[in-house]
Amino acid sequence: MTLELILQQLLAGLGTSLKIFGLTLLFSLPLGLLVSFGRMSKITPLRGLMKVYISILRGTPLMLQLFVVYFGPYYIFGKQITPSYRLTAVIIGFVLNYAAYFAEIFRSGIESMPQGQYEAAEVLGYTKRQTFFKIIFPQVIKRILPPITNETITLVKDTSLAFSIAVAEMFTVAKALAAAQRSMVPFAAAGIFYYVFNFVVAFAMERIEKRLSYYK
Amino acid sequence: MEVFRINNIKKTFGDNEVLKNISVAVEPGDVVSVIGPSGSGKSTLLRCATLLETMDEGELIYNGNKIAYMENGKTVYAPPGELRKARSNFGLVFQNFNLFPHFSVMRNLCDAPVSVQKREKSEVVAEARALLKKMGLEDKEDAYPYQLSGGQQQRVSIARALIMNPSILFFDEPTSALDPELTGDILKVIRDMAAEHMTMVIVTHEIEFAKNVSDRIIFMADGVIVEEGPAVDLVNNPKNERTKSFLGKFQR
Ligand SMILES: Nc1ncnc2c1ncn2[C@@H]1O[C@H](COP(=O)(O)OP(=O)(O)OP(=O)(O)O)[C@@H](O)[C@H]1O
Ligand SMILES: [Mg+2]
Repeated sequence: MTLELILQQLLAGLGTSLKIFGLTLLFSLPLGLLVSFGRMSKITPLRGLMKVYISILRGTPLMLQLFVVYFGPYYIFGKQITPSYRLTAVIIGFVLNYAAYFAEIFRSGIESMPQGQYEAAEVLGYTKRQTFFKIIFPQVIKRILPPITNETITLVKDTSLAFSIAVAEMFTVAKALAAAQRSMVPFAAAGIFYYVFNFVVAFAMERIEKRLSYYK
Repeated sequence: MEVFRINNIKKTFGDNEVLKNISVAVEPGDVVSVIGPSGSGKSTLLRCATLLETMDEGELIYNGNKIAYMENGKTVYAPPGELRKARSNFGLVFQNFNLFPHFSVMRNLCDAPVSVQKREKSEVVAEARALLKKMGLEDKEDAYPYQLSGGQQQRVSIARALIMNPSILFFDEPTSALDPELTGDILKVIRDMAAEHMTMVIVTHEIEFAKNVSDRIIFMADGVIVEEGPAVDLVNNPKNERTKSFLGKFQR
């Protein structure tokens, strides 16, 4: 098997990794924001529920959570699991897990906002919704960008956990190739791909940070 | 008609009785200064007047419109929609400005008139430019708050309050966060506004300024109004012993 063929297969796997990465961000960020609202809610049961949610999802291994999402329908409801459910299960597991982390990041950002910003907006007659979306949230984004970058970089590497339920993302492919070829080359190549992937992510996040550096 | 009236306000934090039955009324064009020792409840009074804090007891009336009234010995507020409308009656200038750091100076001024009052943007921008010019900030409309000195930021925040066309403007120690050499700018701006008959209530520690700019001074201590009267009289001939000793601390 030529190096070219190895790279081709790895790239196909990378496509799946990218899909997991993109869909996870797309859904876990908004879900995380909603969870953070629940976590800060005045309604005590809701607040408690979100606290438990965050605590469990942050306190148990992501791989275990993937198993629960993937095998759960069978063991709990006796439903037959189809292979096509694999990727969906991965996405659901990742979204639920990352939403918990993002929720805490959103919460810390929102709670770090000075009371004076709310008060100035209130006196000017802004509605609660306007205050949040025009005044508070844009400033929160700037504040939480560094921890979000951290989580995003971790997510790139975490996509490899999808191998645990046999989703053919890049790491799964690399492992199979390495076994078949009795060679380290596929792992080395995959490592380089992950590194480049993260390099691009870090670069993009840096660009966003720069764009938001027009104020302090 | 009175622009603003607060009747028999009482406010308690825990078991700390901060405001004990205070009433204040302000006529159009009045400039009223509120002075008093730290912790006497001056900020709390302004915060209750501007709906940032709720009163335990008392009534609140803007331009004849009662937005908080007494029922069964307690204050009841008008519904939220009505309160939001009532907010257009007043403006508040904070000690530490509270400008929106992610908005340019121009946007700090124009955003609320456009998105809250639904005014025409071009008209608002023109008014903002005129206000900035008056404040000596005509070259700062594209600047961001962090690029301005404290005095400039405070002038922007005054302009931000003024552009809403409030019928009364409250100030909570507008110069206290500023270096002494910058307080003069702000005091001059307020003096100019007084000359244009802007109705104002100013909490301040600048006794000389209060004497010069205001029609009336209220001296507060421990949550009550100890003495109230024409500005020059109150400063030059205080009647109450507590007023005398408070003012005495400034005559050095
Ligand atoms: N949110 C609050 N919770 C509890 N106590 C408060 C709160 N706000 C004010 N107080 C208390 O109320 C009292 C009056 O405070 P206030 O800020 O109104 O005084 P002040 O006259 O403005 O003083 P200063 O001149 O220092 O600004 C103080 O004892 C203060 O500790
Ligand atoms: Mg105060």
